[in-house]
Amino acid sequence: MKISMFHLMPYRELPADFEKRYHSVWVDPPFWELADPERVGQYYNWTLDELIHAALCGMDGICVNEHHQNAYGFMPSPNVMGSVLARATNGLNTAIVQMGATLPTTNPPIRVAEEYAMLDCISGGRLVAGMPLGSPMDVNLCYGISPIEQRERYYEAHDLILKAWQSREIFAWNGRFFQLPMVNLWPRPIQSPYPPVWVPGSGSLSTWDFSAKHGHCYCFLSYYGNNVGKKIMDGFWDFVSRTGLEANPYRAGFLQLVAVSETDAKAEQEYFPHIRYFYDKCLHIAPELLAIPGHQDYRSLVHSVKNINPGQGELMMQVPNWKYRDFVENQFVIAGSPATVRDQLMTAVKKLRVGNLMVLLHIGSMPHELTLKNIELFSREVMPHFRTVWDDEGWVNNWWPQRLRGNGTSAGAGREAH
Amino acid sequence: MAPSSERTVTVWQDKVRARVRVAGSGPALVYLHCGYGLVWDEFLDLLARDFTVYAPEHPGTSDGLPDAVKPLDDVWDLTLFYDELFDRLGLKSAAVVGHSFGGMVAAELAASARERVGKLVLIDSLGLWRDDTPIKNYMVMAQPDLEPLLFHDRTHPARKHIFANLEDADSVVRLTWAQACTGKFIWSVPDKGLKKRIHRITAPTLIVWGRQDGLTPPVYAAEFARLVPDSRTEIVDKAAHMAPMEQPAAVAALVRDFIKK
Repeated sequence: MKISMFHLMPYRELPADFEKRYHSVWVDPPFWELADPERVGQYYNWTLDELIHAALCGMDGICVNEHHQNAYGFMPSPNVMGSVLARATNGLNTAIVQMGATLPTTNPPIRVAEEYAMLDCISGGRLVAGMPLGSPMDVNLCYGISPIEQRERYYEAHDLILKAWQSREIFAWNGRFFQLPMVNLWPRPIQSPYPPVWVPGSGSLSTWDFSAKHGHCYCFLSYYGNNVGKKIMDGFWDFVSRTGLEANPYRAGFLQLVAVSETDAKAEQEYFPHIRYFYDKCLHIAPELLAIPGHQDYRSLVHSVKNINPGQGELMMQVPNWKYRDFVENQFVIAGSPATVRDQLMTAVKKLRVGNLMVLLHIGSMPHELTLKNIELFSREVMPHFRTVWDDEGWVNNWWPQRLRGNGTSAGAGREAH
Repeated sequence: MAPSSERTVTVWQDKVRARVRVAGSGPALVYLHCGYGLVWDEFLDLLARDFTVYAPEHPGTSDGLPDAVKPLDDVWDLTLFYDELFDRLGLKSAAVVGHSFGGMVAAELAASARERVGKLVLIDSLGLWRDDTPIKNYMVMAQPDLEPLLFHDRTHPARKHIFANLEDADSVVRLTWAQACTGKFIWSVPDKGLKKRIHRITAPTLIVWGRQDGLTPPVYAAEFARLVPDSRTEIVDKAAHMAPMEQPAAVAALVRDFIKK
């Protein structure tokens, strides 16, 4: 299987009473009260260094994403970050996983096609092209797109990007949202017919349909760990089976928070404050901003309203009082010694049937040095045990850059290449 | 009194099925509802005593027709849709009363299809914008923050028409989707160019406003009065943005007297 390091790039030094004093970490946290541009510059550089370090340590991929107006993760342009990463990792077998440029807010969307093609060219064909629909905060509030049109814009942008990458002829695009008289992309991606496409989602039926229809990898991105994720992923695999698709584990991605130290006790001591910070502050999102009418299409709205899981709601209500043990037992975070993390992560990967795993190795307020340590321990002590997880079933990872696919044992030769 | 009938007509190259509630007798009055969907309440009952009230449900907000909003992309489409709807209902001209979101649509119709609108009533209407009084985005507000903008009386029973009972999945879906479908035409700033067209309104116009309207404060009544050529304004006390729900008798009397005059 393939394991990539995900980085959100949060603000690492929010005040201790942030969640009590401020309405939301997203959309309206006042920059000048909370942040400092010089410090932000340091964060961007740490973030890049941490991801490059992950590549040097042999992680299969490194992931960045796009968000706006928040202290939770503020890479408004993931492709600016991605271009640094692509250049710095040339010569390594690391995928550049852009999770990614948000389609409905990029106008015209061929900008995404162009920048992804640039990244694919700069990286020598190592790009994974994430195609997020975008959060309601980012797309509807920060970028002003009408919620009910968000998904329709997304579909059109997606079709336009795929055509722009592949078309041998110059073509006119007369869409509902976008009109371009002569599309003739320079450059085109190295990967043919186009880079693997990953679609991040949060369990919406419409996104499953969409990923299946186009043969893309569906990635369930959540911070609630693999126990909560199991219900969603079971639903996904049921859907895959009903749709008549192969149960190839590589068509699924999943994000898990992971923290590794020398011992279980040391992991608690080192990581717990940062885990607490992440759930208290980084996820302090005003609920009304998450549920904007129209962000979910009608079918998904009905499905989610009628399938509210009261048990899950209760679980979430308890999070503010959780101790380290609760985060670990509920699998929100897989943390501990290398052996503990190996065992628990293996169980998680198998029960979710996930072939493209993303691990959040920088969590909340985690300082630079500790992040590097987490990356090193994970890559050295944990990751090698996972390379061949799905090999005995004989699946091909069609959603990984072809020249990095290799087989389980030979992939991820980052350290040697360096 | 329940609405006496419900008609479903097909409009817009047969792509939009529109449901219209009809009640009462007398001259035709078309009522365009706010962003929370059509509620047939005391206010409409009172109007139906003197008028034949036609209350269309905004496309997409009708039970069983959630996709009806899809073929309409913008305010121009929506305005022409209503122009066509008048034909389907056999109405050459009518008094048009719009509340909040429906007020914006009514004003657009009166500016574009002038012969359709005999008299115009705008109640706590959206459609204009003042930088000194930005209109809050009610679709993304928490209930405790939003309630006082919409209701002067925080215990008013009509609140149930606006704030879903979370135990009742159908009401959550209905209210959420109504905001989604109307929001399409006002997101993200509810100024879609009415200010450029409003001078074209020729219908005598009544502007009715809740004195305690916190969503579109009374400064917006003054703004409409400034821009609509032939208008007068009535301010209703003890009413916020949901004035027709909060003070149905007072608002209905003003509307009736103005239209019958």
